[in-house]
Amino acid sequence: MPTSQTLYEKIWNAHVVEQRDDGTCLIFIDRHLVHEVTSPQAFEGLRVAGRRVRRPDLTLAVPDHNLPTTARLDSDGQHVPIADPESAQQLEALERNAPEFGIAYINATDIKQGIVHVVGPEQGFSLPGTTIVCGDSHTACHGGLGALAFGIGTSEVEHVLATQTLQLTRSKSMEVRVEGELGPGVSAKDVVLHITGVLGASGGTGHVIEYTGAVIRALSIEGRLTISNMAIEHGARAGLVAPDDTTFAYLKGRPMAPKGAQWDAAVAYWRSLATDTGAVYDKVVTINAADIAPSVTWGTSPEDVLPITGIVPDPSTFADPSKQEAAKKSLAYMGLTPGTAMTDIEVQNVFIGSCTNSRIEDLRAAAAILKGRKKAANVKWAIVVPGSGLVKHQAEAEGLHRIFIDAGLEWREPGCSACLGMNPDKVPAGERCASTSNRNFVGRQGPGARTHLVSPAMAAAAAVTGKLTDVRELMN
Amino acid sequence: MKPISSVIGRAYPLGLKNIDTDIIIPAAWLKTISRSGLGKGAFQSLREVPGNVFDDPAYADAPILIAGDNFGCGSSREHAAWAMADLGISAVIAPSFSDIFSGNAFKNGLLAIVLPQDAIDRLMEVAQTDSIHIDLETQTVTTPFQDRFAFEIDPFRKHCLINGVDEIGLTLKSSDAISTYETKISASQPWLTPNIA
Ligand code: SF4
Repeated sequence: MPTSQTLYEKIWNAHVVEQRDDGTCLIFIDRHLVHEVTSPQAFEGLRVAGRRVRRPDLTLAVPDHNLPTTARLDSDGQHVPIADPESAQQLEALERNAPEFGIAYINATDIKQGIVHVVGPEQGFSLPGTTIVCGDSHTACHGGLGALAFGIGTSEVEHVLATQTLQLTRSKSMEVRVEGELGPGVSAKDVVLHITGVLGASGGTGHVIEYTGAVIRALSIEGRLTISNMAIEHGARAGLVAPDDTTFAYLKGRPMAPKGAQWDAAVAYWRSLATDTGAVYDKVVTINAADIAPSVTWGTSPEDVLPITGIVPDPSTFADPSKQEAAKKSLAYMGLTPGTAMTDIEVQNVFIGSCTNSRIEDLRAAAAILKGRKKAANVKWAIVVPGSGLVKHQAEAEGLHRIFIDAGLEWREPGCSACLGMNPDKVPAGERCASTSNRNFVGRQGPGARTHLVSPAMAAAAAVTGKLTDVRELMN
Repeated sequence: MKPISSVIGRAYPLGLKNIDTDIIIPAAWLKTISRSGLGKGAFQSLREVPGNVFDDPAYADAPILIAGDNFGCGSSREHAAWAMADLGISAVIAPSFSDIFSGNAFKNGLLAIVLPQDAIDRLMEVAQTDSIHIDLETQTVTTPFQDRFAFEIDPFRKHCLINGVDEIGLTLKSSDAISTYETKISASQPWLTPNIA
């Protein structure tokens, strides 16, 4: 065994239950987050096979994906029924399955309810050095705390429920080092969009990426979660940031985090996880913070990234013929003409939310731009969806909701919302949305919807001017 | 899981790269609580275009799909694999797959075969007129024109696919090893059990 190990190798090695001759390992899973969309068939599978959940104490269920974000209780405190029968059926299935299998369940009107990837860190359920899975590809998010976290499919959800393990092969390791210092108006979201542009949508395939360097060290946990959240958008299995004092300060005192002497033991262990000097990554990519501007996507793949000062590219300028073809299709779908300045593109919708950007810091950044301003007349629909009930509560205590409402934005209940358009929050066909979510795929925010991925401050700027806008111009 | 050792038949020559999971099955179809019936929503946005390969009678009920780089990128939804199976597809051939998709495909007995781009180009040509033969035993893709492309597959996955092995049942045989691990960890890292109340 090599003496110098990466963070990824240390976490991996600590979780091997068994290793087979071909190298496949049975990996123990420390934390399992369950939501309504990818779990019904898994519970069904358990029932059919007469199996139980091995470790309900390591499992936490919370609805988020298709829960409406409008008021959940009426003025008499009664539950507002969910209009869409299929959504209602999925939510009821989770509500039934959780107690049947002995799993803790956070219900839709609990202040702790929120997007799985916001709830996990916030409750201290997600911890450094743990393995975390969830039937959602943005599970990589928890890597911002130094956890090996990744999305799984429903068969794997069933496998983890039944065995608390997964059969996995070790990924390759990659270091993405971001050196320097971020300029004004440049946030964690811009960093990860830029990284995705540099690596490409499949640049990280087969790898677990550790984000390192001065920029990452200087980021808050919220910022690190934003970066790791989008590891999957450059194809990586998972993203990681080494736990440090920022991480420990964030976790200390969280409801499900260790307490007292246990806490001290945990911190001592977490400190030992950082990549050793001399450890070797399979691949290293270095990025200079000075090259990162407030960023925006122009196409239908998250790799289609430009600085906001850029112009819509001409597909014929791409070297790769299949990329030319894809770019042509993207532009047709997006209704864009090559040569158009990004800042000339009008938006009709603004979405501030999703597990990428719905934490308190994100809402503060958006509110700082919106304060004392109004949304432009051509912006028909602009919503702010906090990541959890606790984020909502905190934002209200700080008066941020007033700023949003005064600016003409709607202030909603927590959930995934317009990130994937499963609940009623959708962008109408043919319209554009400046969105703080993580995916600009065809139809992601609703059939025919055109998504431009941006940071919370950039989304707020677009709401004010009605166009994609360089937030730095509104920052004086 | 149904054992699978070969797939023979026509192939949809799709060819596009970065076919993401929203293209394979849009989110509106994810509200089901069962695994079947998703074929109707498969590749919905592509099928809205007149003349698309999926509605071309020449490829009716084709069991194979040929695609470009990074097939199945995007979300972890296993519905993508279920939708393809429901459409009657048993194998996808592409230069690369997203990690999550290939895992989901495997767990549902859907073959995800990786071949280099030049092989894909040739198969796209053949698919216009003729059928394609995938043999898992010999790990080859062949055509009636003497083309023969070898592919790699994880030996464990190959074994499970050919024998239709239920992965959970297999892992449960390691229950004792899992218990030993749990005992060891709860002694060395007692703080790992969360205070879920
Ligand atoms: S906010 Fe979007 S990406 Fe995040 S968990 Fe919900 S649907 Fe998935």
